[in-house]
Amino acid sequence: MTGEKTEFKWVGTRAIRPDGHDKVTGRAKFGSDFALPGMLQGRVLRSPHAHARIRSIDTSAAEALPGVKGVITSADFADQSSELAAAGEALVNYRDMVRNVMAREKALYDGHAVAAVAATSAEIAEAALELISVDYEVLDHVIDVDLAMEPGAPILDEELEPAGMEASGPTNIAKRVDFDLGDVEEGFAKAEVVLERSYTTAAVHQGYIEPHAAVASVSEDGQAQIWCCTQGQFMVRAYTARLCGMETSQIRVTPSEIGGGFGGKTVVYLEPLATALSRKTGRPVKMIMSREEVFRASGPTSAGSMTYRIGATRDGVITAFEGTIRLEAGAFPGSPVQPACMCAVAPYDIKNVRLTGYDVVVNRPKVAAYRAPGAPISAFGAESIIDELAKELGFDPLQLRLKNAAKQGTKAAYGPTFRRIGFEETVEEAVASEHYSAPLGPNQGRGVASGFWFNIGGESAATVNITEDGTAVVVSGNPDIGGSRASLALMAAEELGIDYSKVRPIVGDTSSVGYNFLTGGSRVTFATGLAVVEAARDAVRQLCERAAKIWEVESDGVIWRDGHAVPASSNVGDFEPLSLADIAGQSPKTGGPICGHNAQNVQGAGPGFATHICDVEVDPETGRVTILRYTAVQDVGRAIHPSYVEGQIQGGAVQGIGWALNEEYIYNERGQLENPGFLDYRIPVASDLPMIETVVVEVPNDRHPYGVRGVGEVPIVPPMAAVANAIENATGVRMEHLPMSPPRLLAALDAARLPEAAE
Amino acid sequence: MAKHHVTTTINGEPVEFLCSTRQTLLDVLRDELNLTGSKEGCASGDCGACSVVLDGRLVCSCLVLGAEAEGKTVETIEGMAQGDSLHPLQQNFLEDAALQCGICTPGFLVAAKALLERNPDPTETEVRYWLAGNLCRCTGYDKIIRAVMRTADEVRGEAS
Repeated sequence: MTGEKTEFKWVGTRAIRPDGHDKVTGRAKFGSDFALPGMLQGRVLRSPHAHARIRSIDTSAAEALPGVKGVITSADFADQSSELAAAGEALVNYRDMVRNVMAREKALYDGHAVAAVAATSAEIAEAALELISVDYEVLDHVIDVDLAMEPGAPILDEELEPAGMEASGPTNIAKRVDFDLGDVEEGFAKAEVVLERSYTTAAVHQGYIEPHAAVASVSEDGQAQIWCCTQGQFMVRAYTARLCGMETSQIRVTPSEIGGGFGGKTVVYLEPLATALSRKTGRPVKMIMSREEVFRASGPTSAGSMTYRIGATRDGVITAFEGTIRLEAGAFPGSPVQPACMCAVAPYDIKNVRLTGYDVVVNRPKVAAYRAPGAPISAFGAESIIDELAKELGFDPLQLRLKNAAKQGTKAAYGPTFRRIGFEETVEEAVASEHYSAPLGPNQGRGVASGFWFNIGGESAATVNITEDGTAVVVSGNPDIGGSRASLALMAAEELGIDYSKVRPIVGDTSSVGYNFLTGGSRVTFATGLAVVEAARDAVRQLCERAAKIWEVESDGVIWRDGHAVPASSNVGDFEPLSLADIAGQSPKTGGPICGHNAQNVQGAGPGFATHICDVEVDPETGRVTILRYTAVQDVGRAIHPSYVEGQIQGGAVQGIGWALNEEYIYNERGQLENPGFLDYRIPVASDLPMIETVVVEVPNDRHPYGVRGVGEVPIVPPMAAVANAIENATGVRMEHLPMSPPRLLAALDAARLPEAAE
Repeated sequence: MAKHHVTTTINGEPVEFLCSTRQTLLDVLRDELNLTGSKEGCASGDCGACSVVLDGRLVCSCLVLGAEAEGKTVETIEGMAQGDSLHPLQQNFLEDAALQCGICTPGFLVAAKALLERNPDPTETEVRYWLAGNLCRCTGYDKIIRAVMRTADEVRGEAS
């Protein structure tokens, strides 16, 4: 497929995004900016206990408060059977989902919803929450993944039956997964150097700046509309319909502009509650989470614990890799342990690999996807142990990666054989960069690390409507989370041969465009982009047919060139080229509206690889780490809009830096979250950072007409190990637990200094 | 409890509104005056998405009570473009792709404008520290800082 197009007019330019003006003037409508006449305000009562049986809930006093129009609890939602149901490309368990949006038998985490109120004002709704009486039987709780796996740990769900393994009794282990390639025993037997290490990572929140928000309005005829900030309006429709016992077609979901998601808005929290409250009250209901609720009840990604063993020959060939990865799922099964295992050493051609993963429930919010789910966790350990191996072998860390790099034809431990990939190119660019050989000062160190993410395709539908004045409207169905309207419009302009400014892309609601799987998996520019390209080509076919009618020639006698219909050869006849506007203007006489369309389940996503270089300076007195310089190299396939490609890389790298250095949840002994705000859950701020240098490598994906791979996720995979490796080079201290915050690093530095002091 | 009657000036226009004692200036802007360009990311003064200029001073409008606007002037993102022409910062944010999702963008623009009015020639470090009260989770700040620095250069170039 690739090679069709290598010269571009619009693709690769830094055009101004079509939604840009609305976003720099405050005009753009985000989740909480939407309002309807007669709208009620909804608020959620949340469990203050990490683990408690709910004996009873008395809502009568709240219902009696003037201004309160409705109160709901789990009794307002029918129970769901425990089975994995297809939801687009994803599999979900509605039994768990109905319990996560509203606790039933038990509250399973601090912040778990137990009731919700709709009232004429937010103040009244909040006052009503205080009047709801919940009789809790507080139970022992467990949050740490390793403790949750121990015998005698508090059990979240007595009925949980682990998949992929036998259990002798109640357990918190929801699933075991295994991946095997070659023969690890044989691989270790060949090894001349073997290292074994353990690592942990903290749970972190996606940290989108926009809290969840939804408005639902259910009409007397049972038809519902929902306006909300989400990564997938079709996902909201499907999940809300199921949880509220409605038909899918009864619900129309319009996505607002979305103020960040990073995977955290691929699930429902408020939408079913607002819909149930609207149905109960007969009024539109608006619900917004506070920042505290966002931290206590949404996200995060898993905390992880892993043990790795790696073996290599003295000449630098990695002969075996073995690991066990344990990930927290939160209150319900479903951590990203499978992708964590699959991505751990995917950049490398290792003949013998064995990875075992455990999905473990704990008393935290059910984890949600976070940018390359699972991969940053497993890669932190893998890229740290590979760095140690390089030191042990006397190898430059990038040269060791190059020597073992996966390439076209490499069989990955998780199954497939790679087609053309660009991992080696990212390492070679890093080696060649000026950054890699720049001098360092005292207390400074440089670290490198690499990363992998699959990228995905999935279901996409798009329409290209040719307007009567010769412009085009592109309708697609993925919320634009970081500039995707611009990339889709650039591709449509390229295919149609018209000016980018003549293309208007919009994000359709669930009733105005075919089904689109959600915005995630780095899929939109690739998969929905492919649907847009095909829809534009469909429009071009129709335009050529119309020109043939006008010229009264056979339709195969017309081709499309530079935005014009032209005769395919001089044999067809001598006609002046017809512009898109010429043909559009005559469309009523030649067959009516011209609408290109495409819908497909897109396959062939191209894997993404990245290699990062990080320089740090460590303050030996305080343990504070300053990021001095950072370079991210990534194979993107083809950069449709280079600025937004760079932006994805920079943003991902900085989220990884936050994960490395600062971000963690702090619980008290009762399992209550003590830092549910941006002051104490510290994401990186502008003064923490240098510029993030990017090197964009373009090894085209041969399964996309322009060569697009996904971009958004792989940049968060390398940073934690890159920072840890840099700290080790600066201080000689190897950090095996995240975050590497000042108190932790200072303790490690002190521990390393003690023997010297004693001498 | 009776509401407060507040007379103020917003983006150069005289404005009167009623608010309860507990409503913040951000609540008033968004819920009473339909000026939803100022965003609520935290309601605790940590994220800066609600940044406005109150009597010439950059503040988080979530930390100001609506009643405190009495007799003062308020400048919000909605007042930044003049007619159909964008402020140079707005134009450069677009050209430099200094936004991804855009939720933090109004706050960054209001804060950056306040910076350049005080300090037309900031260093990168000064820009980074001035904007340290505005959180962005998408961009890693790189393109935001560049857009602000470039705007400062351009505005100084025009002035000289």
